[in-house]
Amino acid sequence: MSVPASWYLALSAVVFSIGALGVLVRRNVLVMFMCVELMLNAANLALVTFARQLNDIGGEALVFFVLVVAAAEVVVGLGIVVAIFRRRRGTTADDLHLMKG
Amino acid sequence: MNLLPSLAGMAAAVTGHLALPHIDYLSILPIMIMLGGAVAIIGWSSLLRRPLDVTWVTSLTVLTATAALTMSLFQWYSVLHSGAHTHIDGAVVMDGFSVLVSVLVTCATFVSAVVGDSWLRREDVRGPEYHVLMLVSASGAMTMGVANDLIVVFLGLEILSIALYVLAAFNPRRAESGEAALKYFVLGAFSSAVFVYGIALVYGATGTSNLPQIADFLARNVALHDGLLLAGLALLLVGFGFKIAAVPFHLWTPDVYQGSPTPVTGFMAAVAKAGGFAALLRVFVSSFHLLRADWQPPVWVLACITLVLGAVVALLQQDIKRMLAYSSINHAGFILLGLQAATARGVEASLYYLFVYSFMVIGTFGVISVVAGRGDRDHGLETYRGLASRQPWLAGALVVLLLAQAGVPFTTGFVAKLEVVTAAVHGGSTALAVVAMVTAAIAAFFYLRVGVLMYTPAQNGTGEDGDMAAALGGAAPSSDDPVLVGVGEAGSITVGALGSAPPVPAGAAFGIALCVVVTVVFGIWPQPLTAFAHHATLVLAP
Repeated sequence: MSVPASWYLALSAVVFSIGALGVLVRRNVLVMFMCVELMLNAANLALVTFARQLNDIGGEALVFFVLVVAAAEVVVGLGIVVAIFRRRRGTTADDLHLMKG
Repeated sequence: MNLLPSLAGMAAAVTGHLALPHIDYLSILPIMIMLGGAVAIIGWSSLLRRPLDVTWVTSLTVLTATAALTMSLFQWYSVLHSGAHTHIDGAVVMDGFSVLVSVLVTCATFVSAVVGDSWLRREDVRGPEYHVLMLVSASGAMTMGVANDLIVVFLGLEILSIALYVLAAFNPRRAESGEAALKYFVLGAFSSAVFVYGIALVYGATGTSNLPQIADFLARNVALHDGLLLAGLALLLVGFGFKIAAVPFHLWTPDVYQGSPTPVTGFMAAVAKAGGFAALLRVFVSSFHLLRADWQPPVWVLACITLVLGAVVALLQQDIKRMLAYSSINHAGFILLGLQAATARGVEASLYYLFVYSFMVIGTFGVISVVAGRGDRDHGLETYRGLASRQPWLAGALVVLLLAQAGVPFTTGFVAKLEVVTAAVHGGSTALAVVAMVTAAIAAFFYLRVGVLMYTPAQNGTGEDGDMAAALGGAAPSSDDPVLVGVGEAGSITVGALGSAPPVPAGAAFGIALCVVVTVVFGIWPQPLTAFAHHATLVLAP
């Protein structure tokens, strides 16, 4: 009945890839944030799976750190988006072209 | 409903056999001082009705950094006498390496605080946030230096980066500042996520995230299917690559360096690089030393393209901050030489390079911050034409710092480049050493270009320029006298009699002078610093 661990790992890899692709392809900054969250949560899923496999609580403890850091990161990111949004309409990354690169 | 009782039960069950680790506070005291100072400053200023005066904030920040520096030196004494130790259940290590990183970061914070003070006054920014964020960010870099566990490395990385994202956005009047912050944030968060996934894979492959235990695991087990481990290693390298701005993960660097407030750029170049390289060196050289046959070739390629691209693209830049961004990429390539060697000598050379580079780069960006004028806008190379006649001391300082970055003898830059190249040759990668030397020659060209530009007289093309030159010719002799009071003295230094050439503010002058003095004195007399780096070995020596 139990799902083998490799399935979880495969799911985590797929979610991570979707997130990475999203950051690279999507142009809306908020969607890019969400994709970063997907990547972090994929890592969390992998950590929990490995912790179960290894029967070690360390991996599960790591997840809490990652969760807290992800929350802090989003707070700052949204703050920056709001600061930029005050100057212009919309949050499309393509509009940010004052500097080449 | 019954969640609470069950939680309480769980807590009781856990505390039954939960042994809290013994905490030796000396090992994390410098970090605690930096964070404590930051909390004290922001707490105090939030209790006041009006924003805290910049003088107060700067003084407190300098005091905090000095206290942390003193504690780091005390740690150094302890390491010399009782050896390196791990603390807090093996999560944190106190060895020569971590102490050197602490000293580096506290010194960089000290200089950045005084340089930033002048910037804050000129831009009329109120409040303590700039200094507080800098202290927090520095504590993150120090955490990366002491980290002995991948999760502590990650925490340090995030403390460092999240504060820096805000600092990059710190100039509300420049649209570029917000844009830089957003670019830095998106790529930084992306690289962090890659890094965490790398940690997860390494944890899955070795069963631990503790660095010595990983090394222990690798020593005892010969992995037949080490795909998971190598994938984790590759992701860790990518994550670090973003932080240290190695090509091809450097795309954010020019834009972020250009858009951020100039003192922040200097701090970012020094401290973020130091933190990233500290953790990179420790993780790869001490934990994954046995796998070096697997990671040395990719690092070789990374170092090679970082060196070449950094030097070549910098030639094409017309904005000095972008030019220095590419030059910092070139420097990252040099520091990677030490990692690629994967020997104690290589680590030592990289540390030395990081140490002296942080002074050079903060000083350089300090000068740029002063030259940019109010609004922090004038970064074109043309701004520097004739700077030597307008502000001779400033131009002289910039020349010294740029020559040091180019690696001219009698500066610390020369010793640093010599050390990493020697380490690379001893490590068996002579080809890479040759590439590094060639790029150093290319890089010397764009540093000298700025130097020559500063000593070229301003063109008399437009009327305004002509007036300026005339005013300069008439009033220059009389205005040279105040310069004699010395650069490090308190009070403004009036250089040049031009209305358009503002006096160098005291804070910036002090910071820049400090950087120049360190660069020249330790360039002529390198023994103390090289000896310091020589003793800064890793607890897990390869």
